[in-house]
Parts: sequence; C-alpha cells; structure tokens
Amino acid sequence: MSDMFSALKIYFGYANVRYALVVGVLVALCSSLLGVTLVLKRFSFIGDGLSHVAFGALSIASVLNVSNSMFVVMPITIVCAILLLRSGQNAKVNGDAAIAMMSVSALAFGYLIMNIFATSTNLSGDVCSTLFGSISILTLTQGEVWLCIIMSVLIVAIFVILYNKIFAVTFDESFSKAVGTNVNAYNLLIAVIIAIIIVLGMNLVGSLLISALIIFPALSAMKLFRSFRSVTLFSAIFSVVCAVLGILISILAGTPVGSTIVAADGIAYVICILLGAILGRTD
Amino acid sequence: MDNESLIICKDLEIGYNSSILKDKINFSVEQGDYLIIVGENGAGKSTLMKTILRLISPISGELIFGEGLSASEVGYLPQQTLVQKDFPASVWEVVLSGCQSLAGLRPFYTKEEKALAMKNLKRMGMDDLAKHSYRNLSGGQQQRVLLARALCATKKLLLLDEPVAGLDPAAMNELYERINKLNKEGVAIIMISHDVRIATQYARHILHIGDTLFWGTVEEYKASESGRAFADMEGGETGE
Repeated sequence: MSDMFSALKIYFGYANVRYALVVGVLVALCSSLLGVTLVLKRFSFIGDGLSHVAFGALSIASVLNVSNSMFVVMPITIVCAILLLRSGQNAKVNGDAAIAMMSVSALAFGYLIMNIFATSTNLSGDVCSTLFGSISILTLTQGEVWLCIIMSVLIVAIFVILYNKIFAVTFDESFSKAVGTNVNAYNLLIAVIIAIIIVLGMNLVGSLLISALIIFPALSAMKLFRSFRSVTLFSAIFSVVCAVLGILISILAGTPVGSTIVAADGIAYVICILLGAILGRTD
Repeated sequence: MDNESLIICKDLEIGYNSSILKDKINFSVEQGDYLIIVGENGAGKSTLMKTILRLISPISGELIFGEGLSASEVGYLPQQTLVQKDFPASVWEVVLSGCQSLAGLRPFYTKEEKALAMKNLKRMGMDDLAKHSYRNLSGGQQQRVLLARALCATKKLLLLDEPVAGLDPAAMNELYERINKLNKEGVAIIMISHDVRIATQYARHILHIGDTLFWGTVEEYKASESGRAFADMEGGETGE
C-alpha cells in the first residue's frame, strides 16, 4: 500500500500527470451534468453520433495541420449538434437514420482523409488514440488545460443558472412551451453544450468512449435516486470519483487512461444496480 | 369586444403545416366558464387546444385573448408523455416548475413562488407527498400533481387534454370533482373529453368537433342532432 502511494507521489511530481487529473475531473464533472437530461430526453444517441462527427472533424484538422485542432473541431461539432437536434424534432425526417448516417460517414471519411493525406508516420497509432484516447498518460499543453478549465467553469455556471429551466424543459416540453418558455432556445443551448463537452472529452477518453462518460453516471444515479436534484448531484459525484479512480489505476497499472475510466464507470454502474436491488428501488 | 370574454375564436382554421384539419371554428370562453370539447379521434380536438395555447399557429382566422389574460397566464395539463413515466423527479420539483413563467429569466424561484406551489399542492390534497417520487404515484395522483403545477401558472384559465385518460373510475370521479371545485372557485376550464355523460354533468358549454360543428350550452347540445348522434355512438345517455 505505501509503495503505491510513494509511486503516485513520484508520478504527481510530473506536470503532465497533474494536468491529466485536472482535465479528467473537469471533463467527468461536465459530462455528467447534462447526462441526465440527455438520457431522459432520449437524446443519448445524439452524444454518440456527435462523437463520431468530432473524430471526422479532428482528422480534417490534422490534415490541414492547424496549430490548435480545437478551432476546427469545435465549430464543426457544434453545427452538427444543432443539425441533429433539428432532425430529431422534425417528424418528417427519420431522426435515427439521419444520425446513424451522419456518424458512420464521419467515421469513414475521417479515416479516409487521414489515410490519404497522412502527415505522420504512425497513422494507426494516431487513429487509435483519437478513437480510444491516449495510449498512456495524457500529454496536454498548459494552453489546453486552461481552455478546459475555462470551458468547464462556463458549463457548470450555465448549468447552475439554468438548472430549473433545464428541469422544466426536460420534464415537460409541451407545458413549458404553453406557459411561454423558449423551449427551442434551451434545446439549442443543451445541444451546443453537449458538443463542447464531447470535444473536451475527446482528448481524455477518445471519441468512441466519450458517450460512456455522459450516459453511465446518469443511468447509475437513476437506479438509486428519485428526485432530479439528487440524481444530478449523485451523477456528478459518481462521474468524478470514477474518473479519478480510472486515472490513478491507469497510472499505476500502465493501462490506457480512457478505457480504464470507462471500465471504472461500467463496474460502478453494476454496483449501483445491485445496490438499487438491495435497497428495493427497482422501479 | 366583450370585457367578460377570456378567449374569442373567429372563423379559426386549424391544422399542421398549412394542411387544414378543421375550419370555421367559432366560439368564445367567458370568465369562469366550463367548456368541454368533444369529438371523434382525429377530429382536431388536441390540435385546437394546441392552437389556443399557441404551440402551433392558426392557419387563418382570429384567436383573441381577452383583457387581463396574457398568453403566458394559461395553465395547461397535457397528455402524459413516455418520458415522464420513468422520470426521476419529486412531486415538489414538478409542481414548482409550474412557476417557470413567473420566474421568467430569473434563475431561481422566490419564496412567494414556492409558497404558491405549496398552496396549490395543498389545494389538490397532495402536500403530504411533496417529497415523494413522482413516478411512483398512482395515475390519479400524478394528474393531481400536474393540475397543481398548471394552477401555479394561472388564476383564470385551465386547459386540460383528456385528464382522466387511463384512470380507474374512482380516480376519474375524484379528478372530475376537483376540477369542478376549481371551476366553482372561478377558474375557467377548457377540457377535452371522450366522456359525454360526465361532460354534460359538469360543463356549461360544449364544443363538438366533427362533420358538423356545434357550440352552445349543454342544454342546447342535448337537443341537437350532433349531441344525440355522438351520445348514441359512445353508448351513453344524454339524460331524459
């Protein structure tokens, strides 16, 4: 045990490790907040579709050789989030199919572009780390960490300020519309925030695994708690704890950080189901 | 314009995406009125209600809100959605969300708004269950919570879209009694219903949407062609 702590102490001497922990906690916190809304609104698939889009956008960015890929990936993902939300609301277009189409095309074209215009010698390594996150511990620049901190503070602030409206709009859109709440504006805002979270989280767990960070905490919390507030709070705590555990384990065991975090989420989810069954909250 | 009227519809044409579902709808709702909208499935009852709520815009015609009633002062009890079936929310959270139009852009609810929510919860006899989970309530209790929420948004006019759908007879009668009591307290009611018998027991006016449109008092409706035809079809008695 003391070996473990002294090993961790040495690792935390490195700025990289500290950065990874800070970014991991923040991304986990942000992604869990809107997870409840996404799951309840049956929007989980949007998160999944968007992450594939983000992969496509990232491949374009890497081919264009932009200094900070965020400036390419962020706008493309946000635009797609808005488009997906629109198609989901429009009964004439089949929302599911549109999303499936968009996400597989983004994956295919992304890989194709990376392949044709490959700039690096280690193509499969690049693709793998974009999809599943970094192989070992994250290498983040100070700039990226600051961007992540600013974005996270913004997202948490917006969420706290709009908490009551987000609840109202999630619970009953028709009622909110009828009493004059601008439901479309809130839906749009939710979509934009989701896009931002996905882009932020891509560095940490990769684009294929980011939806796990959004969905697992919400589903786990809904197994155990009954009010919107307690579900939201618990999913935030759940997500942060799993992220910290995942990062620490990945450091000590040398496993890929993204999949370790998601595995921690998965195991914790099963524990929550069991706890729920024991406590008799199977409804 | 008559000062007493809350809502006046003149030659209203309703429908989705400019395809007309029903036209030449004329009726008005007075203060403290009790209007039942009946008609076959797909006749346009819900579409009319959504038009009144301005969830969809009328294709043509006039929809006038009377003095002292702004569009956001309307309480609405929609049909329950699938999302709400397993939604983790406490009764209190649901009722408080009825104050969202009062709060406007202010992020948090004031003491007055919380007091209003509690008052309406008591009015519906649900204050003991404030901390309970909404999804674990019975159908009738859920409707009472949603009614309390709607009351937070209005003092004058409630729109109810088939409030008793899926309820057992006892819960159904209880809900009708509560709605009737609200009407006696001065809240105007517009309710969509399948149940003509119960409707004629409480309502003052009836709007029948079908091949022919009927709008008038309950007595006039009982005597009318569409009233008899509809009651026969539903297998009910219009009372002799």
